[in-house]
Amino acid sequence: MRGDTMTELLLEVKNLKVHFETENGTVTAVDDVSFSVKRGETVGVVGESGCGKSVTAESILRLLNEKHTNYEGNILFEEKDILKLSYSELQKVRGNDISMIFQDPMSSLNPVYTVGNQIVEALLLHQNLTKKEAESKAVEMLKLTGIPLPEKRVNEYPHELSGGMRQRVMIAMALSCKPKLLIADEPTTALDVTTQSQILDLINELKDEFNMGTIMITHDLGVVAEVCTKVVVMYLGQVIEEASVESIFSSPLHPYTQGLLKSIPQIEGPRDEKLYVIEGKVPTLTQIPKGCRFAPRCEFATEICRDKMPQLESYENDLKVRCWHFKDIQEKRGGMNGSRNESQTVNS
Amino acid sequence: MKGYILKRLLSLIPVLLVVAVVVFLLMHITPGDPAAVILGPEASPAEVAELREELGLNKPPIEQFVSWFGNVLQGDFGTSIFMKQPVSQAFFEHLGPTLSLAIMAQVLAIVVAIPLGVLAAKFRGSILDQTFMGISLLGISVPSFLLGLFLILLVGVELKWLPVAGYKSIDAGLLNHIKYLILPAIALGSMQAALIARMTRSSMLDVLNANYIKTARSKGVKETIIVIKHTLRNAFIPILTIIGQTFGTLVAGAAVVETVFNIPGIGQLIINSVERRDFAVIQGSVLLIAVSYVLINLVIDLLYGVIDPRVRLGRK
Repeated sequence: MRGDTMTELLLEVKNLKVHFETENGTVTAVDDVSFSVKRGETVGVVGESGCGKSVTAESILRLLNEKHTNYEGNILFEEKDILKLSYSELQKVRGNDISMIFQDPMSSLNPVYTVGNQIVEALLLHQNLTKKEAESKAVEMLKLTGIPLPEKRVNEYPHELSGGMRQRVMIAMALSCKPKLLIADEPTTALDVTTQSQILDLINELKDEFNMGTIMITHDLGVVAEVCTKVVVMYLGQVIEEASVESIFSSPLHPYTQGLLKSIPQIEGPRDEKLYVIEGKVPTLTQIPKGCRFAPRCEFATEICRDKMPQLESYENDLKVRCWHFKDIQEKRGGMNGSRNESQTVNS
Repeated sequence: MKGYILKRLLSLIPVLLVVAVVVFLLMHITPGDPAAVILGPEASPAEVAELREELGLNKPPIEQFVSWFGNVLQGDFGTSIFMKQPVSQAFFEHLGPTLSLAIMAQVLAIVVAIPLGVLAAKFRGSILDQTFMGISLLGISVPSFLLGLFLILLVGVELKWLPVAGYKSIDAGLLNHIKYLILPAIALGSMQAALIARMTRSSMLDVLNANYIKTARSKGVKETIIVIKHTLRNAFIPILTIIGQTFGTLVAGAAVVETVFNIPGIGQLIINSVERRDFAVIQGSVLLIAVSYVLINLVIDLLYGVIDPRVRLGRK
């Protein structure tokens, strides 16, 4: 399953900056984000609302309104820079090489066309099929996503399907042209827990079947543990940590990541214990702190944190972290925290 | 579906009753005795009384109403005292010109307004958008009679491109028929066009921000197809509502334009009948207009289902 193609680089986001022109001046929603996705790999992009994870995702397909958006940096897909493609070249990439699944399946399908029509549309755009062939391919795709009675469902309208069904339709549509990269923007947020895990399993299965690179945008660390191989943690438009899923859960380096992990509610343990919260709230993009962006909320912050912005540093093999004190913090943490082995089991 | 249409048609009866009561009361509250008007100022009181007897005007109003409305339900709208012909005949004779004018005005309005509204929404904030919306504001603000007079002066009198006024029925040739209708249709349709353009723009703007439009873009669908296939059809429900409502006012409210352009339509029929106190014609025409409103709305409601599967009825 994880052959040589694993090592091949599929997507490389390099120093991406996304600026929005608003009435109150320019706002930088994504600031110097870099990460990469290999074939067959699932990369989680994690962060709170407003950290720029969705903007990053939509930038990869250039779905933002380009009248008010300026991009900097590079988004290399198979070594071609998506940001430099002409509009018609871009249309050939969208839905064909790179597909996207969105957060809210209730509103992501066009209500006035049958789901079959919408899948067929993607097929006819990118593949040399007759309408008949595309229609049977649509049924086949629906079957692949586990929708019962696909021959009947194909002629139904989105409002006749449940949320989970609609997300399956979205997946069928996104995968119909066998994309090399799938971007899933919080694909399970709007679904109930049972459906959630079904959809995640489905994405995982199909990813292996198609050897697809996947970017999983989420704020749910449970989702990360379930499907990702690598994790990129974002805070206020920046990557603050990048690591394999194992080391994110066992030894998070950045205080923010540590805070996120600590704030996951535990099923076991006393009920009356208060849930851990990270103090303060995310500043808005118009009032970005001068030094480290997390400094105002960080219990370890010192003079230098408030004054100078740390760079994303490489550490050990393929870990990256943006923090002045991560080594000290880790030493301190290692001394008082023996849970390392225990939490490693999360992803096994 | 059939059951639904039947139900809607049955709902005509209470609507008719209410309209009938209001019109009937209105006629009887307004001063002016039809018998005296018909016979002229020199008629003797005895002659007037005789005519009142003949027309049934001396009976109690309730009795007059019941016998009239009973006849209406059987399809008999009475006879015009003045024109000496059945009201329904007079109405349908005058309906042709009004309907021609209304349809022409509506078609012009739709053909002009929807593309303009779509373009304005697509290029929101551009000079194009601002120009179109400026023109549409003008269209809403300028009264139809003023625009009508201006068109007569410019196109009819100065440029002599089109006839100044009058009406030729379709028997005189389609081209001739249309030639006489263009100016009044523009005068009548300009306000509808402005309303439709604005509704199209705002409805399109709503839909262009919808998530499923982003989905379509992420599939690689071309922008023109996104606008026409994915956006316009979803944006069409409010546009259709406006078209339905304004079509009703076009049929019923063409009186001013008909007067300016001297077109023998329903508007003229009603105005003349009011002057002559021709009760039967006024009551009958207003009722028939109410019927046409209900029918137009029924057609619009059925069209909703054609456009949007979510409002489709009795789907199996």
